[in-house]
Order: sequence, then C-alpha cells, then structure tokens
Amino acid sequence: MNQPNDTDREVVISIRGLRNQFGSQVVHDNLDLDIYRGEIIGIVGGSGTGKSVLLRTIAGLNRPKAGSVEVLGIDVLNAHQDGRADAGVNWGVMFQDGALFSSLTVRENVEVPMRTVDGLDPQLRRALADLKISMAGLPYFAGDKYPSELSGGMRKRAGLARALALDPQIVFLDEPTAGLDPIGAADFDQLILGLSRSLGLTVFLVTHDLDTLHAICDRIAVLAEKRVLVTGTMQDMLTVDHPWVHEYFHGVRARAALDTKAAASGPTKD
Amino acid sequence: MIPPMERPDFQISLIDAAQRVTIKGAMTLPHATTTEADFQTIATDRDVHLDLSGVTRFDTSAAWIIASLDARLKDAGQTLEINGTSEEIKSLLRSVTAAMPTPTVVEQPKMTFMDWVASIGQSMASAFMYLAELVGFLGLFLARLVRSLRHPKDFRLTALFHHCEEVGLKAVPIVALMAFLIGVVLAFQGSTQLKQFGAEVFVVDLIAISILRELGILLTSIIVAGRTASAFTAAIGSMKMREEIDAMASLGLDPAMMLFVPRILALVIMLPILGLIANVMGLLGGGLMAWIDLGISPALFMTRLVEGTDINHVIIGMVKAPVFALIIGVVGCHAGMQVKSNAESLGRMTSSAVVAAIFAVIVADALFSIFFAGIGM
Repeated sequence: MNQPNDTDREVVISIRGLRNQFGSQVVHDNLDLDIYRGEIIGIVGGSGTGKSVLLRTIAGLNRPKAGSVEVLGIDVLNAHQDGRADAGVNWGVMFQDGALFSSLTVRENVEVPMRTVDGLDPQLRRALADLKISMAGLPYFAGDKYPSELSGGMRKRAGLARALALDPQIVFLDEPTAGLDPIGAADFDQLILGLSRSLGLTVFLVTHDLDTLHAICDRIAVLAEKRVLVTGTMQDMLTVDHPWVHEYFHGVRARAALDTKAAASGPTKD
Repeated sequence: MIPPMERPDFQISLIDAAQRVTIKGAMTLPHATTTEADFQTIATDRDVHLDLSGVTRFDTSAAWIIASLDARLKDAGQTLEINGTSEEIKSLLRSVTAAMPTPTVVEQPKMTFMDWVASIGQSMASAFMYLAELVGFLGLFLARLVRSLRHPKDFRLTALFHHCEEVGLKAVPIVALMAFLIGVVLAFQGSTQLKQFGAEVFVVDLIAISILRELGILLTSIIVAGRTASAFTAAIGSMKMREEIDAMASLGLDPAMMLFVPRILALVIMLPILGLIANVMGLLGGGLMAWIDLGISPALFMTRLVEGTDINHVIIGMVKAPVFALIIGVVGCHAGMQVKSNAESLGRMTSSAVVAAIFAVIVADALFSIFFAGIGM
C-alpha cells in the first residue's frame, strides 16, 4: 500500500501519556498513539493488555488517571458533552455483541441517534435508517425485527448500522469478527473496508482476528508492556524483534492467514 | 446535538429542455428535511442537471436524497446528470445508490373473531399446561426424594444444610419483625373496636386466632415466596443460561437430585419453623400492645390465651406450612428451568415466579379454609 509520510497526514486521534489504572493494577502507563484520517488501524495485544480499555477511553466511556486524548483537535477528557458536539466531533461505537436496545426494533435502534437531530422529519429518518441498515449489509426486513430475533452476525451488522447513523468520522469496533464463522467474518471485513473507503471513515478496530488484520488494516498497533509497543503495517510487524510480537505474527495461525492472503492476492503483492 | 448550520442554498433554473439545480453549502443531516422538501419540488418531466460544485459538506443523507431523485427520474424516463463533485462524493453516491433499500411490504394478517377465540383457547390451554408441568415437577421431586431414601449416598446433605441456612436461618429476622408488627397492629386495631363494647379482653382471642390460624403462616409464606422463589429461579435459571444444567446431565449427574431436592426439601423443613417463629413473635407483639394499650397484663394474656384458644387453630396453621413450602419450591425451581439462553428471560421468569408463588399460596390458603370449614374445624 502506498501511503504518504506520517507527517503529511492529518491526525484525528492523538493520545499522550495515557495512564489507566484499576485499583493497584496498571493497565496503561505513558501510552502514546496517533491515528490518522481515513485509516483502518487494528489494535492487537494479549488478553488483559487493555485493548478494550483503550477503546473505551478514547470513546469517553472510561476516564483515565492521567494523560490527554485529543480527537479532531478537541480535548475530549475536558470538553463538555455539548462542546464536543458543537465542534462536530462525533463517533460511533460498535460493541462486541452489537449492544442493541432489546426493546426496540433494529430500525428504531438505528433511529435513536438520529432523534437528537432537531427538525428531522420522521418519515425521512425512517428512510435514512433503512438506508443505514442496507449499507450495513442487512436485508430490508431486518429493520422490523427485534435484536433477539437476529443471529449474532446480523446483530453486529445492526450495531454497525447504529454506529454509522450520524455519519461519524470515526468508528470504534470492538472485536467485530469475534464469534462469526469464517465466511461471515470475511464478509464483515469487506463491509468495514468498503464503508471505510466510501464514507471516508477512520476505523479503530480491536481484534484478535489475524485474517482481519491482513485483509483490511492499513496499520497495526501492538499493545504490550502497558503501552503501544510498536505501530506499522503488516510487513513491519513481521520484522519486529519482540518475543510476543514475534510469536503473534509468526505463529502457526499467523502463517496460515499470511498464506491465505498471499494466495488470494497473488505473489506480486508487496 | 448536531450544531446548527446554515441551510444549503437551493436554486432551480430552466435551461433549454432541462432543469439546472444548483446547491451551495452544507448538505448534512440537520437540514436533510428541508433539502428533501426542496428536492421534491424538482419536476420529473425533464432531465436534471445537478451542480454540486458549491457543496461544502456532504453526508449519506444527502446521498440518499440525490439517489432517490435519481430513482424518481428513472421511473419517469428522464436522466440525472451530476456535475462538480469530488471523488469522495462520487464514491459515497455510488455506494449509497448500490445500497438503496427496496421496501418489501409484508401484509399484516388481520385479526378475525376466530383468531380472537383461538387466542383465548390457547391461553387457557397454556394455563392448564403450566399447572400440569407444576404437578409433573412435584412428582419428579417426590420420586427423587423416595430414591434418595433407597440410595442415601446420592443425597446431598451439605447442600440441604446450606439451603436450610439460606431459606430458613437468614429469613428469621425479617419474618420475626414482620410477625411482631402484625401482632401489634392487630392488637391496636382490635382494641379500638372492642373497647366500644367493653369487650377488651377478647382482643386476646382476636390476636391468637387470626395469627395462629391464618396470618402467621400466610404472611410468612408470602415473604418466603418473595425471597426464596426468586432466589431459586435466579440460581437455577442462571445455571440453565450458562448450560451448567446440560453439563451436569452430560456428566451423568441428575439435576433434579442435585438442585431441586435439596432446595425444596430445605423449604419444607424450614417453613414450618419460620411459621412457628412468626406465631410466637405475633403473639408477643399482640401481647405487648394489649398490655400497653388495654392494660391486659402478660399473666392475664397467657391465661386467656390458654383457656380461650383451641389447640386446633395452631394445628390448622402448621398443617398448611409444608404444603405452602412445596408450592413455593416447585414454582421457583420450575420457573428456573424455563429460563432461555438470554438475560431477559432470567429476569422475566424471576419476577413471574414470585407472582405465581404468592398467588398459588393464597389460592391454596383459600382452599384450606373451605376444607377446614367443611370438616368443621
């Protein structure tokens, strides 16, 4: 992939000196990370390295002990909720199992964020919700269903549709392909890639899925030793000399994913 | 809230055989309603040239508006030409056009009179089914109880003691306090009424008969139903939810033996004891109030109690306790087994177990009253 230098690109999320601590257990210490506009960044790390905590911290669901988080130039930790909205900073979060409101249909779920928009005609809101549902790859009739009537994969898609309801610039995805069969996971990868490119989305993706990392991530950030150990492309990861990173990207599963990717894209791929 | 922005500037002009539509400004969600209304004014009887070069912001709602205009024009046999768009807008338009949902209207079947009759029949049938299932559960419990007599090694004595502590010992404070207060209330209310006839001393009979025969055990059962039926449902239901019950069965362990027998048996043992405590505390509260309010001394109270109150009242009260215990235990365990694999059903079954248990206890109490009246006790 041909990407401009880091210095040329617009930073949409900037984390400096982040410290997260629960009781005496330090999850992040002095963590720095920059995320650029339009990229899909995959966050990997062993269990308990605080991948989801990092996601929740940036999305404002968890308050860190120290450090700063700037999203689109706004200091989200100190900005008032209204101030954040006034600056046009909005993001969507897709939780692991969709986290849909169980008492509402899928369409009503997608309409919930749109209700905050003043003067939006209910008919139009409904039509736009249907559009988001369709863009998330769900059939039309899924809009009338309740979350409990959907399969896990469909719930994830519905969760994505809700996350995209207000055309956010950034979406956070927590393990988007966990619990999906390989075909469903590959479809979901392509959906994220397609939406990211056509909507100009910046995607922050927490995953364990090596296939996802290979298939769609522009950049990978490895969480280890309480900080972002290394960031870079998949190719960069293969040359990192750290025991965990080496094990992760050179293990049997990683090899298999790499082979699949190579077979799919042909040997000319860089 | 999405910040308010200037609404986009919208102009239609006619050129030759086509319309030129020019839009300037931010085409975003906050103004989607007015923008859509503007777009609705575009006539579909001629081609449209859409100029988006002045558009500063563009989102999926704008893409939807343009894509639906495109669909309307196509239906009318006209074409839409879009000029002055950036690559991003083009790619967004492409993906929105590709994803435009095609509504499939599903006919909602109308409810007829027959459907209504059928739904009544169904709910009646399911009520009887529920009753039958409860009886089946009772049978299962009794069968396992007999089995544990023949195979004492299968019986889980530790679990029985644990549940005795949970449903019995830990319920003593609340049950005792409740019964004491009921006794106080009865004495107070009874004395104010009986004073009018100068029959204050009969307040002892009033307290003794109502507490010993009915209220002591009934109110204890209602409290235990609320406390224990819900706890049974929640404990067994969450095990069902996490497939622990299936795991037990696959390991050759009998869930009825492991889970139901200790719980229901503990309740059958402990509820009469709780009822006895409630009786004593109720009499204590009533006696205290009678002493304070009416000056009936404890000695007089005791004499009147022993002389005036038939032992049958105590027996009738205590006979009901094991039956109520069976009802509460069976309803609670049964509801736990009905929990599906989601958390909502756990909550729903827990609350419905409490309602069903309290209702069943009161119905059983009414049946007991009719029965004892029938045999003249």
